[in-house]
Amino acid sequence: MAMLEIRNIRKSFGENTVLKDISFGVDKGDVISVLGPSGSGKTTLLRCMDFLETADSGIMVFDGEEIDLAKASRARQSEVRKKCGFVFQNYNLFLNKTALDNVTLGLTSARKINSAEARERGMEMLRKVGLERRADRYPNQLSGGQQQRVAIARALAAVPEIIYFDEPTSALDPELIGEVLSVMRALAEDGMTMVVVTHEMGFARDVSSRVMLIEHGLIVEEGSARDFFENPREERTRAFLRRDQNN
Amino acid sequence: MSGDTIGLLADSFMKILIPGLKMTIPLTVLSFSIALFISVLVALIQFADVPVLRQICRFYIWFVRGTPLLVQLYVVFFGLPSVGIMIDAFPAAVLVLGLNEGAYCAETVRSSLEAVPSGQFEAGLCCGMNYAQIMWHVVLPQAFRTAVPPLFNSLISMVKNTSLAANITVVEMFMATQRIVGRTYRAMPLYLEVAFIYLIFSTALSWLQRWCEKRLNHYGGV
Ligand SMILES: Nc1ncnc2c1ncn2[C@@H]1O[C@H](COP(=O)(O)OP(=O)(O)OP(=O)(O)O)[C@@H](O)[C@H]1O
Ligand SMILES: [Mg+2]
Repeated sequence: MAMLEIRNIRKSFGENTVLKDISFGVDKGDVISVLGPSGSGKTTLLRCMDFLETADSGIMVFDGEEIDLAKASRARQSEVRKKCGFVFQNYNLFLNKTALDNVTLGLTSARKINSAEARERGMEMLRKVGLERRADRYPNQLSGGQQQRVAIARALAAVPEIIYFDEPTSALDPELIGEVLSVMRALAEDGMTMVVVTHEMGFARDVSSRVMLIEHGLIVEEGSARDFFENPREERTRAFLRRDQNN
Repeated sequence: MSGDTIGLLADSFMKILIPGLKMTIPLTVLSFSIALFISVLVALIQFADVPVLRQICRFYIWFVRGTPLLVQLYVVFFGLPSVGIMIDAFPAAVLVLGLNEGAYCAETVRSSLEAVPSGQFEAGLCCGMNYAQIMWHVVLPQAFRTAVPPLFNSLISMVKNTSLAANITVVEMFMATQRIVGRTYRAMPLYLEVAFIYLIFSTALSWLQRWCEKRLNHYGGV
């Protein structure tokens, strides 16, 4: 049975229907790349899955527990969120906190872990992303790539079952993309379950176990990374891949 | 300047400064504490969009900002006794100055809260934090930093507004000066002298502001 399953998620903003009817499952250890043109609803999908937006309808089954995405209570939402990490396109590090405090704040405040233990775990996470020497820096004293790695450390610190990434490298200068991708690659090798919205075809092809193409709020094609790239079923997928090659 | 003027200024200096230290400063400190407390409360109610309370807050701000401070002082000190509510001059002045400045500061604090990017709040949610935790650890500290310069504006204008309390019999610096003028008929040097003392107070606050901003700037520009 899938660790996480999304069934028939729908979401509109006013007249604009962004997610029409999307269903998919995530197994433990999966790395799913979500591809799609701009405006196709990828960010909205992730945000609905972490209750940053409220879906109009849809069911989430997480560890066998069914949750109504449209009607989940605050308590339920925060219960689910505690099992998930979220990495934003623009990092969203707490600007008034150092790198280390960014990583530990959720532990000490939301999870009531004592500060010594949180600090230890925080340093361990920063070490994982290669930033233990930047622990006392504030976000504005870090490069974009470093900030995004702190954001990943922050997501990891809570020991989530799954991490959602929303275009984690698209706000970065080209020369900084590699350091973030290699952290993500290491996570994938560690067996972390991840859903990654990305435009990085190399990452999708080499690192993810499965790939999903979304357009106009529907899944165009979904399959193993190998099938998706080498043997796409849909003409639309072939066109998408061709256009990307030309870029 | 004639020797007689210098003598007058020297004699009166302490007579004006002491009510300044004993009245103007406590009046400012107490009123501003009340104003800060009210403003954070009112701003949070509006920010969280609490029904009913929100309307009450809007009404309070609308009323206070729409009426002169002097009129408010008169209503509380001279008006309320006619409906059986007697408040001494000093507490009445504290109450009115606090409520008055609270309305202005509430708008300052509210706009500073709204200036914190929504991603900061969302990141807090994704870390499993609840509303209160996010406000306390993330949003309020950032909003506070934005609010410091305009809040100091309010504080400095409050120092000067305390002179209006003279109208309701509080013997603060300005009233003390008026009394000396009444005895000596030397309006020009004495009013300039009290102006100078107000200037010293405001300047000290400007220094304090600079010091606070420097301390709060440790995490740099946003
Ligand atoms: N809060 C919102 N209010 C109104 N419309 C929104 C909102 N958020 C997103 N949309 C609309 O929903 C559609 C999908 O947006 P979304 O951000 O999910 O796309 P995306 O696939 O992530 O695109 P990109 O690759 O550019 O990030 C867009 O048309 C966008 O304008
Ligand atoms: Mg997006």
